[in-house]
Amino acid sequence: MLELIGITQLFGGVTALHDLSFTVKADEITGVIGPNGAGKTTLFNIVTGIYRQTSGRVLFEGQDISGMPAEKLASRGMVRTFQNIELFGQMTVLENVMVGLHSRSSSGLFACSFRMPWSIREERRIREEAMQWLEFVGIVELSGVMAGNLPFGKGRLLEIARAMACRPRFLLLDEPAAGLNSKETLGLAELIRRIREQGVTVMLVEHDMELVMDICDRIVVLNLGRKLAEGTPREIQDNPQVIAAYLGDDD
Amino acid sequence: MGGAKELLKYGLFAATILLAPYLFSGSYLLNVLVFAGINTLLAVALNLLLGYAGQISLGHAAFFGLGAYASAILTTTYDWNPWTAMAVAALTVGALAFAIGFPVLKLKGHYLAMATLGLGIIIQIVFNEWVDMTDGPSGFSGIPNLTLGPLTFDSDRMNYYLVWIFVLGCVFFSLNLANSRIGRACRAIHDAEVAARVVGVNARLLKVQIFALSAMICALAGSLYAHVMTFIAPSSFGFTVSVELLTMVVIGGLGSIYGSFLGALLLTLLPEFLSVMHDYEIVFYGGLLMVMTIFMPDGLVRVMPALCRRLPSLRRAKEDADA
Amino acid sequence: MELGTQLLQYLLSGLATGAIYALIGIGFSIIYNATGIINFAQGEFVMLGGMVTVFLLKAHHLPLWAAIPLAVLIVTLVGFLFERLAIRPLRKATPISLVIVTIGGSILLRGLAMLIWDKDTHSLPSFSGDDPITVAGATVLPQHLWILGITLVLITLNKWFFSHTISGKAMRACSCNPRAAALVGIDVRRMVLFSFVISAAMGALAGIIVAPLTMTSYDVGGMLGLKGFCAAIIGGMSSGLPTVLGGLILGVLESLGAGLISSGYKDAIAFIILLLILFLRPQGLFGKPESERV
Repeated sequence: MLELIGITQLFGGVTALHDLSFTVKADEITGVIGPNGAGKTTLFNIVTGIYRQTSGRVLFEGQDISGMPAEKLASRGMVRTFQNIELFGQMTVLENVMVGLHSRSSSGLFACSFRMPWSIREERRIREEAMQWLEFVGIVELSGVMAGNLPFGKGRLLEIARAMACRPRFLLLDEPAAGLNSKETLGLAELIRRIREQGVTVMLVEHDMELVMDICDRIVVLNLGRKLAEGTPREIQDNPQVIAAYLGDDD
Repeated sequence: MGGAKELLKYGLFAATILLAPYLFSGSYLLNVLVFAGINTLLAVALNLLLGYAGQISLGHAAFFGLGAYASAILTTTYDWNPWTAMAVAALTVGALAFAIGFPVLKLKGHYLAMATLGLGIIIQIVFNEWVDMTDGPSGFSGIPNLTLGPLTFDSDRMNYYLVWIFVLGCVFFSLNLANSRIGRACRAIHDAEVAARVVGVNARLLKVQIFALSAMICALAGSLYAHVMTFIAPSSFGFTVSVELLTMVVIGGLGSIYGSFLGALLLTLLPEFLSVMHDYEIVFYGGLLMVMTIFMPDGLVRVMPALCRRLPSLRRAKEDADA
Repeated sequence: MELGTQLLQYLLSGLATGAIYALIGIGFSIIYNATGIINFAQGEFVMLGGMVTVFLLKAHHLPLWAAIPLAVLIVTLVGFLFERLAIRPLRKATPISLVIVTIGGSILLRGLAMLIWDKDTHSLPSFSGDDPITVAGATVLPQHLWILGITLVLITLNKWFFSHTISGKAMRACSCNPRAAALVGIDVRRMVLFSFVISAAMGALAGIIVAPLTMTSYDVGGMLGLKGFCAAIIGGMSSGLPTVLGGLILGVLESLGAGLISSGYKDAIAFIILLLILFLRPQGLFGKPESERV
C-alpha cells in the first residue's frame, strides 16, 4: 500500500529523518512509535504532503506521491486526521461529515445555485450517507450540535467519521488516543478494528503503548530519525534494542 | 434553499420587494432604492467571497467598473445589443477574475487584501488614462437605456423593477449556493483550510471559482448601473467604493445573504436622508467599520434577534425598578 | 537636455521620493514584525504629519523648527490612541478583522482631517529655500538633500534602536515568538503599543519632509501608504536595509517610468511591482525562500 524508500529530511543542519525505509501492507494496521523527537510527526507530514522530503521517495500504491497536495491524496484514497483535531467549528457535526463527502459528489456551481434535480438528489444522498458514518462511530445523536462545542473525545470520533466519509483506502491517524481517557481509548481501539474490517489500511503514530500493542499488526520503531526495529508487537516487545532505547527508559 | 421555512422567508422577501413601489409614493425614494438594489447585488457578491469563503477583496469596485465600462463601450461605441453586451461583459469579467484568481488567492489575509487593493487601483488608473476608450476622468456619457420588447427602462419605477428582479435572482441563487455542497465546502475552508483539503476539498480551485462568480455578479451590477445612469465616471469605481461595499457586508453580517441586503439598504438610504451626513460620510463609514468589527463582529442580522430577545427582559427590569 | 543628464535627473528625484517610500515602508514593517498586522492606516500617519505641520504654521504661526517636533508628537499620540482604541479592544483578532479595523481607522482619520481642516491642497515651505543645486547638469532641490539626510539619520537611529536598546531587542523577540517573549517577562502588549508609536512618528516625519515637494492634503495618505507598503514588500517586510533599498528602487523606477513612458500610468508602476513581487517572490526581492512547504 505505502512504501517509503530512503527518506531523509533535513531542517537546517538538523537531521530529522535519516535514510528511512519501510512498507505498510494493505489491510493491516501499522503503528509507528518512538520517543519524543524520534521523527514520527515529520514522517507523518512527509507522507501526507505537508513537508517535502530532502531526499527519498514515497510510493502510494506504486506511484510516487512526493509533494502531492492534500486534496489530491484524498481523491486517491489517502486521508489523515490531526493530533489536535481540526474540525469545522462553526458547522454542525452532520455538516462536518458532509464535507467529507465533498470529493465524492459532483454538482457544480451552477447546478447548486439553480437547485437542479440531480443536485437535490445528490444532496439527499450526501446527508443520508453522512448520518450512516455518524452511526458508525456512534455519535449520531449529536448530529445537530456545533462541532466547536463538542468535548474532545467526541471531536476525535467526528474527525474519524469525516475522514471515513471520503471512503479512503488508507487512513492515517496522528496520535488518535492523545487526550482520551482510558474508556474512550478502548472504544477507539474497537473502532479502528472496525475500520480495518471495512477494507481500510490504517497507519497510526501513537504514544499509547497499550493501544499500539493491542491493535497493530506491525510496528515500526523510530529513534533519533532512524528505524530502530520493525516487526509484530511480540517481536518489538522482545527486541532488546527497543527496550533499551524506548520501553526501558519509559518505565 | 432547503426547507419550507426558508422558502417562506424568501417568498416574503420577494413579495415585499415587488410591492414596495406601491407602498411608497414619490419617485425620489424609488430612485434611491434603485441604487440600493445595485449595492445589494455588489454586497451579496462580496459576501459570497468574504463571508463564505473567508477571502477578503478590496478591489471589488473594479469588477463593478469593468462591467459598467464594458457595457457602456460595447453598446455606445460599437452599437451592440445591450443584453448581449451585458452577458459578454459578465462572462469576460468572470473569466478574467478566474485567471487572475489563481495567483491572487494563493495569498492570504493581509497580503491578499493588499494585492486586491493594488489590482483595483491599477484597473481604476486604466479607466482614467485610457481616454480613447473610456473618455477618461470626465466620464463616459450617452449610454442607452435598456429595452425589452415594448418596455423601455427609463423611469425610476421601471429601473426599480429591472434592478430588483436581478437582485431577487441573485439572492435566490446565492442562498441555494450557500446551502449546497459548494457553500458547505466554502465554510469548511473558512473554518479550517488544511482539514478541508485533507478530506478532498480542492480549496484553491473553489476559492478561485467563488472569486470569479463574485466578480461576475459585480460586473452584472456594473452593466445595470451603466444603463440606469446612462453616464459613468472612474470615480464611481475606486477604492472608496470597495470600502463602502466592505462596510455594507460587515454591517449586515459576514456570511448572511439577507444581512448584505440590509447593509446595502441602510448604507444607501442613510446618507440620502441625513443630508448633513454628506460631509461626514467617510468619517461615518470609517467609524462604523471600526465599531462594528470591535463590538458586533457578527453583524446586525445576528445581533438584532438577540437584542429583541433582551428587550422584553430589559423592560421588565425597568418596570420592576419603577415599582 | 541630453539623455544622460535627463536620466541623472530622474535618478536623483527618484531617490528622494524613494527615501520617503522607504521611511513609510519601515513604518509598515515595524508594526508587522511586532504584531503580524499590516496597518492600513499607516499612510494616514504620513498625511497627518504634513497636515498638522501646515496647521501649526498657518493657524498658530509657529516657526517651522517648533512646528515639526510638535506635529510629530501629536501624530505619535494619534498612533498611541489608535492602538489603544482600535487594535487592543479587538476580541476576535483574525487577519480579516484586523484589515477591516485598520481600514476603518484609515478612512476615519482621513475624514476627520477633512472635517478639521479642509479639502484643499496645502504647501509647506522648504526647509532651506528653493534654490536648485546643479550636479553634473542635473538639478537638485535643497529639500531633496534634506529628505535624503533625514532618512539616513532615521534609518541609522532605527537600526541602533533595534540592535542596541533593551526595548528594541524586546520588540525583536516579540516578532520572533510572542509566546516565548511573554514567558521571559516581556510585556508583549506594550511592545505592540510601542510599535504603533514608533511607526506613527516615522510616518509623520516622512509626511513632513515630503510635503514641501509634493504639497499635502487630507487624502494623500492612501497613495503614499500603498507605495510605502510596496517598498516594504520589495524588502520582504524587513525593518532595515532591504526595505530602504525597496523604497529607493520603487522611487527610481517610478521616476523613470513617469519620465520615459507616461506620467499618467506612474502610479500603476508601483502596483504592478507590488503584484509581481507578491505573486513571484512573496519573501521579497532580497530574501531567501522559506523552507519548502507544499
